Amino acid sequence: MGMTMTQKILAAHAGLESVEAGQLIEADLDLVLGNDITSPVAIKEMEKMQVDGVFHKDKIALVPDHFVPNKDIKSAEHCKCVREFAIKNQITNYFEVGEMGIEHALLPEKGLTVAGDVIIGADSHTCTYGALGAFSTGVGSTDMAAGMATGKAWFKVPSAIKFNLTGKLPEWVSGKDVILHIIGMIGVDGALYKSMEFVGDGIANLSMDDRFTIANMAIEAGGKNGIFPVDEKAIEYMKEHSTRQFTVYEADEDAVYDEEYTIDLSTLKSTIAFPHLPENTKTIDEITEDVKIDQVVIGSCTNGRIDDLRIAAKVLEGRHVAKGMRCIIIPATQAIYMQAMEEGLLKTFIQAGAVVSTPTCGPCLGGYMGILAEGERCVSTTNRNFVGRMGHVNSEVYLASPAVAAASAITGKISSPNQL
Amino acid sequence: MKATGSVFKYGDNVDTDVIIPARYLNSSDPAELATHCMEDIDKDFVKNVKKGDIIVANKNFGCGSSREHAPISIKAAGVSCVIAETFARIFYRNAINIGLPIVECPEAAVAISAGDEVEVDFDSGVITDKTTGQTFQGQPFPEFMQKIIKAEGLVNYINNK
Repeated sequence: MGMTMTQKILAAHAGLESVEAGQLIEADLDLVLGNDITSPVAIKEMEKMQVDGVFHKDKIALVPDHFVPNKDIKSAEHCKCVREFAIKNQITNYFEVGEMGIEHALLPEKGLTVAGDVIIGADSHTCTYGALGAFSTGVGSTDMAAGMATGKAWFKVPSAIKFNLTGKLPEWVSGKDVILHIIGMIGVDGALYKSMEFVGDGIANLSMDDRFTIANMAIEAGGKNGIFPVDEKAIEYMKEHSTRQFTVYEADEDAVYDEEYTIDLSTLKSTIAFPHLPENTKTIDEITEDVKIDQVVIGSCTNGRIDDLRIAAKVLEGRHVAKGMRCIIIPATQAIYMQAMEEGLLKTFIQAGAVVSTPTCGPCLGGYMGILAEGERCVSTTNRNFVGRMGHVNSEVYLASPAVAAASAITGKISSPNQL
Repeated sequence: MKATGSVFKYGDNVDTDVIIPARYLNSSDPAELATHCMEDIDKDFVKNVKKGDIIVANKNFGCGSSREHAPISIKAAGVSCVIAETFARIFYRNAINIGLPIVECPEAAVAISAGDEVEVDFDSGVITDKTTGQTFQGQPFPEFMQKIIKAEGLVNYINNK
């Protein structure tokens, strides 16, 4: 029986000729990732293991990004714990605040993730690196600890759902709309325990940043990973950012999929996920009543990359946010921040009445830098709109693309750039 | 090994943000996390839960973030077992890795009501609702996971290897 792309990568890392869905395997890891929330728990667990140190000081990435710059004393203690562990174990890829970024934007940019890798990260959005043709998946802190100690992790080989993407997206419609459309179609557990494998001639029309966004939210459909074939754009990206060797795996022609969907990208519209689940999607033209909003957040591991900021700037250029609107823009890494500065995007944002923050996950998970009060609504380019996600238990989050978020900041209600 | 307790019942897609909101993630102390367990879905949970009690929910329990703080807070709150129709996969891994017993059983998840006295036999996977007298067969774990569970978590499993 043929193997999917994911199964081929897993088989190679388990030293097996072939694997099949449901099989339990132990695989070698190319990278183990943790952040300031999950790493302290992992470090404590690793101390209980009878090991001398980490398996490989170059194959661990520690990225304090959730509550940094430290939001309070307790967060400062967590970051201190991570920093001290990194120094003690001579971790090569520890990123202090001035060189950091949101982990899933930072690692590909630093060239630490390439096609053919097996990567685990103690953060659910670790699935992002599937955009480059890697197998990457989120785990908890104890798995991270075991990964750091042994360089291995156990996996149940997943079955897969195939998404055949064709055509080209219309203007103002982006990768975020593609993945929200898919989650709306299959539900928040539609891909539970499974791989989401993206194929088709439409992929050539998607930028790498669009692909990162799509792979990033595979977890929001319950998926174990999301993965793209390695094409010229992906190879170009890796050559630009990484010196590491990559390996291209392709699904067998007779690979078996649980389900197959074909999506014509040219038919997609701006899509918004209403509270309180990412599957509660509506296209912009299905929203018939005004949805007034108090805050807009543009950023996160989902949509804080340079393409996202360029789109937001294009919408905000020469315009001003609505009276009373808080528009918070967060470049995902220091390099993206710098690029946005050089391109004049930051000036556009500030002139439009937005505030620009240093890279942080802060508001996405209701940490800090944009917490919602009771009854407030936010249009956000982030990835979750659960109850209380960004603040008060009676606040609301609407997930959208950077184009819709920027347009909504101007009008004060959910809008697309076409409605300006 | 058996667990017995009264049931707290929830619906579909109980996410890790309502199990332990991120505003408390500046701590990793199990006892402190336990005081906020389920706060955004059931603010009285912590007040009412007794040692040994059981959570029963419908599909996709524990979806969302990878925060191990979620199963840690449930375990530290005294819960002896979570029964659900299905679990989100990272939560499933985390629960096994930290030694919080979980059982997938769609029939039990639907039939059991809040407040029922329930007994779970982890060796056989049999769930008994002592209030109604109904019994259900939960999904047994693959052998590999049983080894981790018997070692009371991944850390001990690795140390024993």
